Amino acid sequence: MNAPVAVTPEVVKDHGLNDAEYARIVELLGRAPTIVELGIFSVMWSEHCSYKSTRVHLKKLPTSAPWVIQGPGENAGIIDVGDGDVCVFKMESHNHPSFIEPFQGAATGVGGIMRDVFTMGARPVASLDSLRFGEPSHPKTRHLVAGVVSGIGSYGNCMGIPTVAGETNFHKSYNGNILVNAMCVGLAKADKIFYSAAKGAGNPVVYVGSKTGRDGIHGATMASAEFNEDSEEKRPTVQVGDPFAEKLVLEACLELMETDTIIAIQDMGAAGLTSSSSEMADKGGSGIEIDLDKVPQRETNLTAYEMMLSESQERMLAVLKPGREAEAERIFKKWELDFSVIGYTTDTHRMVVRHKGEIVADMPVTALSDAAPIYERPYVKRKPMSGKISFEASRPVMESLLRLLSTPDLCSKRWVWEQYDYTVMADSVQQPGGDAAVVRIHNTNKGLACCTDVTPRYCKANPFEGAKQAVAEAWRNITAVGGKPLAVTDCLNFSNPEKPEAMGEIVAGLEGLGEACRVLEFPIVSGNCSLYNETQGEGILPTPTIGGVGLLKDVHKMATVAFKRDGDAILLIGATKGHLGQSIYLREIEGLEEGAAPPVDLKLEKKTGDFVRAQIEAGADTVHDIADGGLLVAVAEMAMAGGIGAVLRGQFEADKFIPFYFGEDQGRYLMAVPADKADAILAKAKKADLAARHLGFTGAKNDKGEAVLTGVGLPPVTVTALKATHEAWLPEYMKG
Amino acid sequence: MKSAVVVFPASNCDRDAAVALEQITGQKPVMVWHADSEVPDVDLIVLPGGFSYGDYLRCGAMAGQSNIMRAVKEKSEQGVRVLGICNGFQVLTETHMLPGVLIRNAGLKFVCRPQPLDVVETQSVFTCKYAAGQRVVFPVAHGEGNYFADDETLDRLEGEGRVVFKYAPGENPNGSARDIAGILNEKRNVLGLMPHPERVCDPLLGGTDGRAVFEGLLEALG
Repeated sequence: MNAPVAVTPEVVKDHGLNDAEYARIVELLGRAPTIVELGIFSVMWSEHCSYKSTRVHLKKLPTSAPWVIQGPGENAGIIDVGDGDVCVFKMESHNHPSFIEPFQGAATGVGGIMRDVFTMGARPVASLDSLRFGEPSHPKTRHLVAGVVSGIGSYGNCMGIPTVAGETNFHKSYNGNILVNAMCVGLAKADKIFYSAAKGAGNPVVYVGSKTGRDGIHGATMASAEFNEDSEEKRPTVQVGDPFAEKLVLEACLELMETDTIIAIQDMGAAGLTSSSSEMADKGGSGIEIDLDKVPQRETNLTAYEMMLSESQERMLAVLKPGREAEAERIFKKWELDFSVIGYTTDTHRMVVRHKGEIVADMPVTALSDAAPIYERPYVKRKPMSGKISFEASRPVMESLLRLLSTPDLCSKRWVWEQYDYTVMADSVQQPGGDAAVVRIHNTNKGLACCTDVTPRYCKANPFEGAKQAVAEAWRNITAVGGKPLAVTDCLNFSNPEKPEAMGEIVAGLEGLGEACRVLEFPIVSGNCSLYNETQGEGILPTPTIGGVGLLKDVHKMATVAFKRDGDAILLIGATKGHLGQSIYLREIEGLEEGAAPPVDLKLEKKTGDFVRAQIEAGADTVHDIADGGLLVAVAEMAMAGGIGAVLRGQFEADKFIPFYFGEDQGRYLMAVPADKADAILAKAKKADLAARHLGFTGAKNDKGEAVLTGVGLPPVTVTALKATHEAWLPEYMKG
Repeated sequence: MKSAVVVFPASNCDRDAAVALEQITGQKPVMVWHADSEVPDVDLIVLPGGFSYGDYLRCGAMAGQSNIMRAVKEKSEQGVRVLGICNGFQVLTETHMLPGVLIRNAGLKFVCRPQPLDVVETQSVFTCKYAAGQRVVFPVAHGEGNYFADDETLDRLEGEGRVVFKYAPGENPNGSARDIAGILNEKRNVLGLMPHPERVCDPLLGGTDGRAVFEGLLEALG
C-alpha cells in the first residue's frame, strides 16, 4: 500500500464496515475519510475493540464491591488485597490467531495480557490458560495442541512468570475454531497504580519497546469476523512474539514507574498505535498529535496506514510529565530498548496523525469511542434442553471410572503443565493439578488463589444456568483451597452475534453471569468478548470463561486435594441428587449429550462454600470440589494426588450407583479430616442446615498392602492403576 | 559470607536466588549488572536461571560473551566460588569454565517437574552438608538441559569426583549423558547444575532439600 489508496465501496467493505457505519463516519468527519482514517475507524469500530454487539448487555453486569479499585474499562481490573497491596488481573482471548498459527498466536496472547497487567504498575506473578480444542480425532487437533502449549510455555517461561493453572478440554464444536484464553495476575502497591488517561495538553507522548513492523495488521478486524476456508491465508496478520523484548519492556516500565515521570501509560495491543493513542486521549479528555516519522521502524517504507494498524508486539505508549523525557530515556536505553517522543497531547480533542510532513488523519477522538456504533442485536432465547435421560443402570461402576479417567477431558493434563515453568518466582505454594493455584504474595504469608473455569456443555444446554455454573465453579475452586473469592475476569467466547440464536446465547449467558456474580459477591472487574467463533456456519459451544481471584490471609491454612493420612474420615458436603443430564458420564459412557444442565442454587452455593472455607480456616487441609465426572472421579483424584486409597460406604440401592457416583450436582465438596474431628464438622453442617454425610475413610489397602479405592459397588482398584490410566491418555495421544 | 548475583537481560531467577541467599546467609547479595566489567569483592557469585539475552542463539552463548563474564572468570581463577543454576550452568559451559555442553532435551520439550536427584559427591563446598548418596528433590525447568560431553571427558569427570548431582536412575528428564545433573570444575570452586536448589528452600514450596547447598557454602565461607 505505498500509493495512496482510494476509498471505494469495495475498500470500505474490505474493512468490515457496512454502509450505515460508513455513512456515520462521513457524518462525523464532515467529509470522506482518508485511507488511514478508514483503517483507524475499521479497527476501533470492530467488534473486538468496540464491543458493539455486547455493550448494552455488559452494562448490566455487577462490577463493584468495596474491595474493587478498578472495574472494566482500563487495561485490567484491580482489587484491594490488604496491607497496601493490590491485585491487577485480566483474561483475554487469542482464539483466531492461535488457530491460524498456534505457536505465535498463543505466545502473543500471553504476551498481550501480561502487558495489560504490567502497564498498570503491577509485576505479573501468575499466568493461567483456558484452552479448548476440537475433538482429538480431528486431523488438526494434535498439531494445534502442540503448538499452543509450546507457544504459551515459550513466552511465559522466558518471562519468568509461572504458569500455574488452567484448563484443557476437547469438543468437536471447536474443530475449526479453538479457544485460547490467557489470564495474567499481577501485584502492585495501592499508591503505585498507573492508568491510561492522558490528561493535560502539551505533554510528550513516548513510544517505548520494540520497533514497528508489518505484522498483525488488521488483527482486530480478523478477530471480528467468521472463519472460512481462506482464513489460513491470513497467517501474515498473526503477530510474532519476542518474550525477551517483553521481559526488558517489563523491567524497564517497572523501573520507570519508580520515578514520578508518568502521566499515563498503555500497551499497544489490538489495533496497536491507533487504539493506544486514541484511547489515552479519549480517557484523558485531551487530544493527541503524533508524527509517524518518529516511530521506530523495523522495516523500510512503512506507510502511515501500516504503522497505525500494525500489531507488532512488545510496544508501549506513555505520556510523560514535560521535561522528564531524558530521565525516562536513560532507563529505556539501559534496557537497550527504543525510546522516541512521537508527539504531544493537545486540548483539541482531536487525533492528528502526520507522516512525511502531511496530515494523514485528523479526527475527533470521541468519534472512535463514544460515537462507535452500538447495536441492540435481535435475539431469540432457545428453550433450555431438558427431558429424561436414559442410561444403562447396571453398568459396572469401577470399569466406568477407569474409562472416565482416561478420557480427553478428565485425564491428567501433566503433559501440558510440565511444559510450563510453574515454580519460577518461588512463590507458587499450590501448583498445577489442584482446584486453584495459590501464589504467595511475595514477602508475606498472604496468598492469591486463581483459577479458570467454564463448562461449555452446560452453557449449550442452558446458557443462563451454564454461565451461572461457570462463576460458581470458579468461586468453589477458590473456596476449596481456602481462599475468599474476591473478583472475576471473563472471556466471553460466543459465535456470530448477527444470528439471533447465537445472540440469544450471549444475552442469556450474560444474565446468568450477572446473577451469579451478584449473589456470590464476586464482581467482574475486567475481561473481553470474543464473538464470531464460527467456522463455515458452525458455532462453538457458548464458552464464557471465568477467571477467578481470591485471597488467603495465611497460606499456611491452605487446603489441597491430596489425601494426606490413612484413616481420615471422608466427608461429603452438599446434596447429591444424582443429576446425570449433560454429565461427562453420559457423554463418554453412553454417548449422549442430553438432558438439562445441572442447576446452581446460588444462595445454597454461598452457604456451603462459606462453611467449607471456615473448616479450612479451622485446620482442614484436604478439600476438593466435585466437578466434571462427579463424586467418584473427585475421590479418585484425591487418592491419586496423595497416593492413598479410600473405602466408600453408603446406604443406597444398586440401581442408584451411577447417578450417585457420576452425577454432577453442583455445590458439593469432599473433605478428608482426622476421624475424631468428623462428628463435630457434621454436626456443625447440620446446624447450618447443609447436607453432609460421612462417605468413608482414607487408607484402604488390599492384602498386598497396596493403596486401593473400593467401597459399596466398587471392586477394589489400586491407586497405581488409577494413576496409570489417568496419566496415559494425553502423552499417548500427542505421540501420534 | 558475601555473595553476588549476576543479572543478565532476561535472567529471571535472579530474585529467587537472592531471596534464598538472604534467607540462609542473612546477608543480601549484591546484584551485578551484565554490562558492568567488575564483580565486587565477594565469596560467592551466582549465575541465575533465565533466558539471558533471550537465548535465541545457543542458550548462554550471548551471556558467555558479556563484559561481566570476563570478570567472573577472573574471579573464579582466583578461587571465588561460582554457582551456575540452569541458564547459569549453560553460561558456564559456554565460557568453558565447565566442560561439555547442554543441548536440547531429548524429549524436545521444555520440562518442569519436581526432580529426584542423587548427591553422588559430597567433597565440595556446595554439597558438604549432604550425605553421600542422599536422594533429594529439586525442581527442574528447562528446555536445554541435556548434558553432553565426549566419553573421555565424562570418564574424567566421574573419575575425579566432579559429577556431584545425578538424576535418580530411570528419572533422567532430558537425556543427559550418564544422568548428569551437576558438575564441578577441576579446582572444585565452580558448580553448574540444571535443577534449581534455590526454589526448594522453603517448606511451603514443596521442600527444603535445596537449603543444604547454601548452608554448606555458608559454613565453608563464613
